[in-house]
Amino acid sequence: MEKKGWDGFEIGAMLRTFDGAVSDIATTLPENRPYSQSSSFTASVADWRIEKPLFNKDYCIDCQFCWVYCPDMSIISRDKKMIGIDFDHCKGCGICVQVCPTNPKSLLMFPEQKDEESALAEWPKKEKKDQAEEPKED
Amino acid sequence: MSEMKKIKNLKDFSTSADRFEGANLLCPGCAHSIIVREVLNATNDDLILAASTGCLEVCTAVYPYTSWDASWIHIGFENGSSAVAGAEAMYKALKTKGRLKQPDRVPKFVAFGGDGATYDIGFQWISGCFERGHNMMYVCLDNEVYANTGGQRSSSTPIGASATTTPAGRVSYGEKRNKKDMMAIMAAHGAPYVAQVAPNKWKDMVAKIQKGFAAEGPVYINAMSACTTEWKFAPEDTISISDLATDSLVFPLYEIIDGTKLNITYRPKNIVPVRDYLGAQGRFKHLFTKQYDYLIDEWQTRVDAKWDYLQRREEASV
Repeated sequence: MEKKGWDGFEIGAMLRTFDGAVSDIATTLPENRPYSQSSSFTASVADWRIEKPLFNKDYCIDCQFCWVYCPDMSIISRDKKMIGIDFDHCKGCGICVQVCPTNPKSLLMFPEQKDEESALAEWPKKEKKDQAEEPKED
Repeated sequence: MSEMKKIKNLKDFSTSADRFEGANLLCPGCAHSIIVREVLNATNDDLILAASTGCLEVCTAVYPYTSWDASWIHIGFENGSSAVAGAEAMYKALKTKGRLKQPDRVPKFVAFGGDGATYDIGFQWISGCFERGHNMMYVCLDNEVYANTGGQRSSSTPIGASATTTPAGRVSYGEKRNKKDMMAIMAAHGAPYVAQVAPNKWKDMVAKIQKGFAAEGPVYINAMSACTTEWKFAPEDTISISDLATDSLVFPLYEIIDGTKLNITYRPKNIVPVRDYLGAQGRFKHLFTKQYDYLIDEWQTRVDAKWDYLQRREEASV
């Protein structure tokens, strides 16, 4: 299908999300869907980001808070496990980091150019709960 | 009738395959798409959707892309509700004539509209749909402002909020009138189910959406949608602002069944002062001077009175 110009469309034109038939979309995972080029799934908003979230699976408890509160369907969960982030559609809002309940957080924001390996190497360690009370114990 | 999707916990819920796609042009941190996801993932049935003009519509259908994996239509600012009502009437007619191609598949009819399309511009159309009793759900994404066109006030904008047509300044504290009580108006239509939801209480929301889908007749859902751009807070704070809104009881979560029986579905353990909710948002920051202290006190009194009223109604079940 070739893309039409803005004036090449008829009034009431219809965009199809899929090429070919999909019998039940609600039970078909994105990787098995035949997206057409009209679906925004084929587009990317990666250039909106200044900071990106990175995921450290060592601390993740698979609570799925990040999945349910992600506004951009960018947290990939399969079989009740959080497996990664979709960087084509993530806009870098940071909600996933805010709602992450683990200590230390298993999602953190890093500058866009940061590579994953060095981010994981400098991941913060577990914070003690009552740091303010520590001096008293000494 | 198809079986209701079983969602016991968040892990169950996370196996849903989204029917709303990324790379839409909603702002980073927009609550609209969190609400849309929670509504669409609450069912596995086919969906017939419409959106009235507003942020959700302009951002999810930008040529040459669509972000919807279901039948979706946009017509005008006012008639998202009647578009879906028309589709529902058509479905009923075809069913009666036995001309449905897949009669075992029962679709759900959902219309989305912003608060501008619901409280102001589309009000007459929605009222018509509810009076005719179509079997549909209307979801209002209530961000208390015309965010799509640059932040003009709507009849949902609360007192004291600074909007571009009611700006706060030397002589004015912003919006002068209080928010319209849309929940009571829709319940007065005798609708079988009317509920107020918030995206941060996902379980409450999914339960209400499923109740709405199970009800026969028109269902109204008022969804609080924190707007990072017009309420003026950082995009990552969407959920914490929503928490403040529900815990300060500015947005109490309740449902009204058959236009009469009221149930409160969420009672915060620690009620947060309204001052905290107002203080977290840039649109209320001008209220935090001595001359407008009385407005914040009035806010608190009003919210307390409303909560008291809801509790009394729940107790009396009228």
